[in-house]
Amino acid sequence: MTDEPVISEELQNMLNVDFGPEVYDIEKGMLKKFAEAIDDPNPAWRQAAPPTFAAALVPTELLHRLFNAPTPLKRLLNGASELEYLRPIKAGDVISVTGRLTRLRQVEGKEGPTLFMFTEVAYTNQDGEVAVKGKNTYIKY
Amino acid sequence: MAEQVYYEDIEAGSELPALVKYPTTMQLVKYAGASGDYYQIHYDKDFALASGLPGIIVHGWLALSFLGQMLTDWLGEGGALVKLSGSYRGMNLVHEDIICNGKVTKKYVEDGRNCARLEIWAENPRGEKTVTGSAVVTLPSRG
Repeated sequence: MTDEPVISEELQNMLNVDFGPEVYDIEKGMLKKFAEAIDDPNPAWRQAAPPTFAAALVPTELLHRLFNAPTPLKRLLNGASELEYLRPIKAGDVISVTGRLTRLRQVEGKEGPTLFMFTEVAYTNQDGEVAVKGKNTYIKY
Repeated sequence: MAEQVYYEDIEAGSELPALVKYPTTMQLVKYAGASGDYYQIHYDKDFALASGLPGIIVHGWLALSFLGQMLTDWLGEGGALVKLSGSYRGMNLVHEDIICNGKVTKKYVEDGRNCARLEIWAENPRGEKTVTGSAVVTLPSRG
């Protein structure tokens, strides 16, 4: 283990900075592919998004920077997810995805230092209404 | 599809029908493609082992998707999901059953809507809870 800090300046500087928006056209084929991938045959998902569809609307820049920021911790796990549904996401919608890192927490685990990275993502539709609010915790160890 | 469940039908302690899923490596590859999560621990066994994992592990989001299916199957066309959350506490390995469970913890009326709060969890075949979470739903009324 080096003396490299677990929480680098680059990571620290990302806190509460908005990344995005990244814009996704919600096509029927995309919904079908996702429903097949989660093995959910419910016919409702031909037109509307299943509950975890937000996972496919990735805040790419936020995650890319988060996962590639310098840190001596190389292993990554998804810690927790939370979704709040305000409006349905349907085929034909255009969803803008904006994400931010809201908190960093370092703890000493059994295998050494563990870093919790807390994120929030907003999924806004073409009418400017927030359709889904998401929170996700990533763990580096 | 099961019959529509109504607000009057449930009470604290009511259990949801369990849903059992059996994710294969092929499904994990499909999920990687659909979600854009190409982290190799979810399809490359050598990479997973070298990362100190016991084998290929199921995406947390996919396990949460199974819990989502259990909920939306139960809610039917008349109910709706308001909130869904899950903490990934343990690992689901590929080619193993994931048993999804749910239980009503509270029912209440809020802003004229018939709501219920649920405890949800997924287990692996060893009885370990791999995902624990909660959900808030609305249900139609018979009234």
